[in-house]
Amino acid sequence: MRIVVASGKGGTGKTTVATSLALAAGEFVHFMDCDVEAPNAALFLHPVLDQHQEVGILLPVVDESLCTYCGKCAEICEFHAIAIIGKKTLVFPELCHGCGSCTLVCPEKAISERLDVMGVLESGMTATGIDFAHGVMNVGEPMAVPIIRQLKKWMPATPPAIEIRDAPPGASCPVVETIRGADFVLLVTEPTPFGLHDLKQVVGIARELGIPAGVVVNRDGIGDNAVEAYCTEAGLPILLRIPMERRFAEAIASGRTLVEAAPEYRQAFLTLLENITARAAV
Amino acid sequence: MKLAISISGNTLESPFDPRFGRAAAFCLVDSETDAWSAHANPALSASGGAGVQAAQFIATAGAQVAISGAFGPNAYDALSAANIQMYLAPSGREHTAAEILVLFKAGKLSKAEVATHAGRHEGHN
Repeated sequence: MRIVVASGKGGTGKTTVATSLALAAGEFVHFMDCDVEAPNAALFLHPVLDQHQEVGILLPVVDESLCTYCGKCAEICEFHAIAIIGKKTLVFPELCHGCGSCTLVCPEKAISERLDVMGVLESGMTATGIDFAHGVMNVGEPMAVPIIRQLKKWMPATPPAIEIRDAPPGASCPVVETIRGADFVLLVTEPTPFGLHDLKQVVGIARELGIPAGVVVNRDGIGDNAVEAYCTEAGLPILLRIPMERRFAEAIASGRTLVEAAPEYRQAFLTLLENITARAAV
Repeated sequence: MKLAISISGNTLESPFDPRFGRAAAFCLVDSETDAWSAHANPALSASGGAGVQAAQFIATAGAQVAISGAFGPNAYDALSAANIQMYLAPSGREHTAAEILVLFKAGKLSKAEVATHAGRHEGHN
């Protein structure tokens, strides 16, 4: 079962929920930190990262001696990353999405590919037996999606019973890529106008992809009742409420997970997992 | 000499469009005869790389000079490769293409020697 923890708004508690859910679920959990721009779940789960792999996209390299300037590569490229101008072929690496279409359509086989490294995948076990993996995008890279896509394929040899993906914040391509192929989307929100606004956006993505979703209200007790009202109206189950408490904030600020700081929540996370299992697409 | 002026309309009297890649259209004018034609910019709705596509379009149309309000880095590289000279016109929309043509002939427009702004795609090398 593949569970994505997403939120829209940053800082609502995605990683807080995802890490505690993983710890409560016990063994045979594969945890993926898909926030490749700023992965932080490792700070809480402390895996020993002993596997590393460079990742990126394949950029076209044109052999000018073979090129006949027919223009088929430029024609097929949706992103205009390759252009034929007179007797010159220009490649614009920062526009390229690495799809390989130009290489495929070249009738002269004049295009080869080189790996443009965008980041690294790392994995390893935690002390409690969680199979952990994350992606780390190089500073200055504009595209997170290719790294997330490869992270999702980078599975342990033994198929995990439960896969937990900690999503990036926002509601754009990296979040869509993280959610794609999942069986359940767990939406962590806070009862504020900003939390609600972004919650609606991610609900839209989950519904578009046809994946069931449920809500965790973090910092319960602050703000207003608008999230509650929206969830009722939209038919979204609220599966867990975590109250606003100083001890939680202190624990997380010092790198401890919620279930370590408040062991009484372990049962609540187990119940959450049971509820997800009952509602998931599998 | 054949000029490509970015415009928002479909005649020589149309207002100047200061954007290059996302210009509504290009007015192609022969600076000797003043004969003109207007062409919708195929890059207007491109999901990315509009500057490159617009450059390819005017290069194929035979332009030797491009006149716009700004040229991004990808458009700049593509136009340079095509040996198309780039000139900058005052970026307001109050001028028509015909007025821009007059300014060009009078030598009142400055040449763009580097890309005028960062592109929408900053990133990997």
